[in-house]
Amino acid sequence: MSQTQDHFPHKELDELIACPQCDALYRARVPGEGQRVRCGRCHAVLITSKGGAYARSISLSVTVMILMIGAVAFPFLAVNVAGFSNRASVIDSALAFLDNGPMALLSVFVAGFIIAVPVVRSALVIYVLAPLSVGRKPLRGARWAFSVSEDLRPWSMAEIFIIGVAVALTKVADLAKVEFGPAFWMFAALVIVIIAKDGSMDRWSIWKALDRSSS
Amino acid sequence: MEGTGSQQLVTAREAGLVACRRCARVWPLERETCARCGTRLESRDWRSLQRVWAWLTVGIICYIPANLYPMLKTQVLFDVSEATIIEGAVELATHGNLGVAAIILIASVAIPIGKFISIGYLAWSVARPERLRPSQRHRLYHLVEFIGRWSMIDVFVVAILSALVQLNFAASINPGPAAITFALSVIFTMLAAISFDSRMIWDRGGRGPEKT
Repeated sequence: MSQTQDHFPHKELDELIACPQCDALYRARVPGEGQRVRCGRCHAVLITSKGGAYARSISLSVTVMILMIGAVAFPFLAVNVAGFSNRASVIDSALAFLDNGPMALLSVFVAGFIIAVPVVRSALVIYVLAPLSVGRKPLRGARWAFSVSEDLRPWSMAEIFIIGVAVALTKVADLAKVEFGPAFWMFAALVIVIIAKDGSMDRWSIWKALDRSSS
Repeated sequence: MEGTGSQQLVTAREAGLVACRRCARVWPLERETCARCGTRLESRDWRSLQRVWAWLTVGIICYIPANLYPMLKTQVLFDVSEATIIEGAVELATHGNLGVAAIILIASVAIPIGKFISIGYLAWSVARPERLRPSQRHRLYHLVEFIGRWSMIDVFVVAILSALVQLNFAASINPGPAAITFALSVIFTMLAAISFDSRMIWDRGGRGPEKT
């Protein structure tokens, strides 16, 4: 083992990158503008080049938070049938399980997946990237904050919720007349902004910038 | 843009190094935590297989009542009906909404069952002589990880319908007990997929890592 280690002296380890998905080892190379470095074996994206991406990620994160306030506060959907009408906000949808005993737990999950997780992830990204974007040292707990943001990624389900809305509406369409409130359009925009935000971040360079051993 | 310039492919483990799965930094094999991001280092996480099997088992158990009990309770005037996931899809199809019925069947039946089989196969095949090539198994893993969350769609449909359709005696929709067991099944299988250490797929040309 000591023999193989001689190929990669300790001080040079910083220049290597291992694919987190399949362990293939490479010499890290920053790709050209708009390009990505993928693992040659399992094709996982390793490095994306994003010029001035911190500012873009931060502004997209702020947009997510503002849109979410609107999506929660404004009317979302309304139905009319034979003189009866009812409206439901995004929060009402999440709380739909509250009156059903043990199913109240499901309201917590749904509210988390569609409202809390996207907002918390955006807040964490701002906390992590804001100091880096102005060339300062990362704030206390920034590495923990970025880890949490990454771990929460699969649990952010705004885009699945909006498809759920589309399916639900085809079920209701036979039964009643549906009206869209401003929150519906805000939520649809939110989905696009979240995708743009996640795509704007290069995890490898952010971790490098957060490296405590080099700062 | 593929690869990063090394001709002969070497894994971190073969080079006597351990990679951080969070930040991709490499360290000498004996190191225990990543100094860049603070994550615990593990060259191959054998115990991950136990977690995979545990989450997968509870996920499958939760999926059984999710299909036996009603997902939706619909009341239109004096007519009250309950529908399971499959009954709901069949009802949509008989009303001519074939596309939507297909979405529900794919998201709530095909994907969960496909996921149970795929995760079970991936965990089972790690330590066995090559069957599918590692690249094929890894692609399966990517697919499971990417697509699994979309099963949650039916839970959201129930949430929206129950919140929206509350029109006195004219019509009302309420969630049935299957909603929670179905959601738990999706959550548990997502945890099973997340727990899996996909690096083990590639060891020794697809025959799994040597137990040490």
